Amino acid sequence: MDFTLKIWRQKNAKAKGKFVTYKINGISDSSSFLEMLDVFNDQQVTKGEDPVVFDHDCREGICGTCSLYINGRPHGPDDAVTTCQLHMRKFKDGDTIVIEPWRSKAFPVIRDLMVDRQAFDKIIQAGGFISVNTGGIPDANAILIPKQNADSSMDAAACIGCGACVAACKNASAMLFVAAKVSHFALLPQGKAEATRRVQAMVAKMDELGFGNCTNTGACEAECPKEISIENIARMNREFLGAKIGSQKKVVKEGGF
Amino acid sequence: MGNKLISYSSITKKVVMALAGLFLISFLVVHLGINLLLLSNDDGASFMVAVGFMTTNPLVKIMEIFLMGGFAIHMVIGVFIQIQNWLARPVRYKVAGYSHLSFFSKYMIHTGAIIFIFLCIHFTNFYFVKLGLVNPPTGVGKEDFYQMATLLFADRFYAVLYVVLMIFLGFHLHHAFQSAFQTLGLSHTKYTPFIKVVGTIYSIVVPLGFASIPLFFIFIK
Repeated sequence: MDFTLKIWRQKNAKAKGKFVTYKINGISDSSSFLEMLDVFNDQQVTKGEDPVVFDHDCREGICGTCSLYINGRPHGPDDAVTTCQLHMRKFKDGDTIVIEPWRSKAFPVIRDLMVDRQAFDKIIQAGGFISVNTGGIPDANAILIPKQNADSSMDAAACIGCGACVAACKNASAMLFVAAKVSHFALLPQGKAEATRRVQAMVAKMDELGFGNCTNTGACEAECPKEISIENIARMNREFLGAKIGSQKKVVKEGGF
Repeated sequence: MGNKLISYSSITKKVVMALAGLFLISFLVVHLGINLLLLSNDDGASFMVAVGFMTTNPLVKIMEIFLMGGFAIHMVIGVFIQIQNWLARPVRYKVAGYSHLSFFSKYMIHTGAIIFIFLCIHFTNFYFVKLGLVNPPTGVGKEDFYQMATLLFADRFYAVLYVVLMIFLGFHLHHAFQSAFQTLGLSHTKYTPFIKVVGTIYSIVVPLGFASIPLFFIFIK
């Protein structure tokens, strides 16, 4: 298969980037999108030119490292897959493919298609964890968890933190990511102890980092490679309001009410 | 107010905006109910009774303050959030985003701005006249809303403009209704589909009801 690639090239975080058009020929329809880029980069190196920088790691769709905004869609034209799982047969021979980095104030471009997603780590550090005591191993099944809650929690926990929700959102909002992380703890008894503090701290951090506001458009849900539902956003809103109204003292100073 | 507004959490802002929006949605039903009296064939007698009640009842006067507050809050937060949202993506995409859901949600600020312009015209035509800030048309009393409405709808251009604006109101309401519930955290496998259906019906029926009045004046009366 032959393609025309329009790729965002940017030397470093400060440089002004631009789109550069390349041709690539003889790509197998069974190769993944990232393998296509590997072939492309090989050719670049052979020609003595700079290869295109892009994020990737496990290439199994579970690490959340790969990104790429392909022809107007995060992770490209397929549902519920990451870019590494996207096959070239999803494109037509001779297609022009526009490849852009995630665009968000909170995800600055480092180089070419690679963006800095530390903002997500900072949100997790603000409250996306549970505190546990050391000691003996608790008995399995000692804590009762309704099946429904366990399932919903597991669905939310499927979030790999790739940032496709932010990339897809017209407001560059991180609500789906934060909602998934809040939900997967909020639904389990182990997460309840810190629930009120967690949701307030994570939302405050999200706001502080410059993500946009949610307008319930649903683009995040449609583009999420792990099919996280926006029901989680409603749950987070409930958790947040409950925490704000119910808590007896100001838990989080910054971020306000 | 600016600094204070920034320090409120994004969810709080949205919840307040949603509550104000739902209040405005309930107000529209009352407004439509009174407007539909224009259709009754009594030269505005029943309409003027309703107008008389709405302009003199002390409870309505109090609600009027809440209503203006509701509009102000909804618009100020809406514009503020939109500016934040634009700033959240300083470099735009080359290829426009592709989203499966809720088409009208992408244009809330635009339909909102159109409704705001309509509101300004509407206030100049009616509310400010009542307050005495704008002179009523010649030969019409400042609380004779029936005559004012009749005169306005007799103008074809205004009548068509009114109908077009109602279409945009419908676009705005279509996303607004179900979105408000989602923002308030009310998402449920049983009730959400119901809310969406009610929202769709509301966003069609209410603007259609308003639009039926100029259409009635043009074609039937």
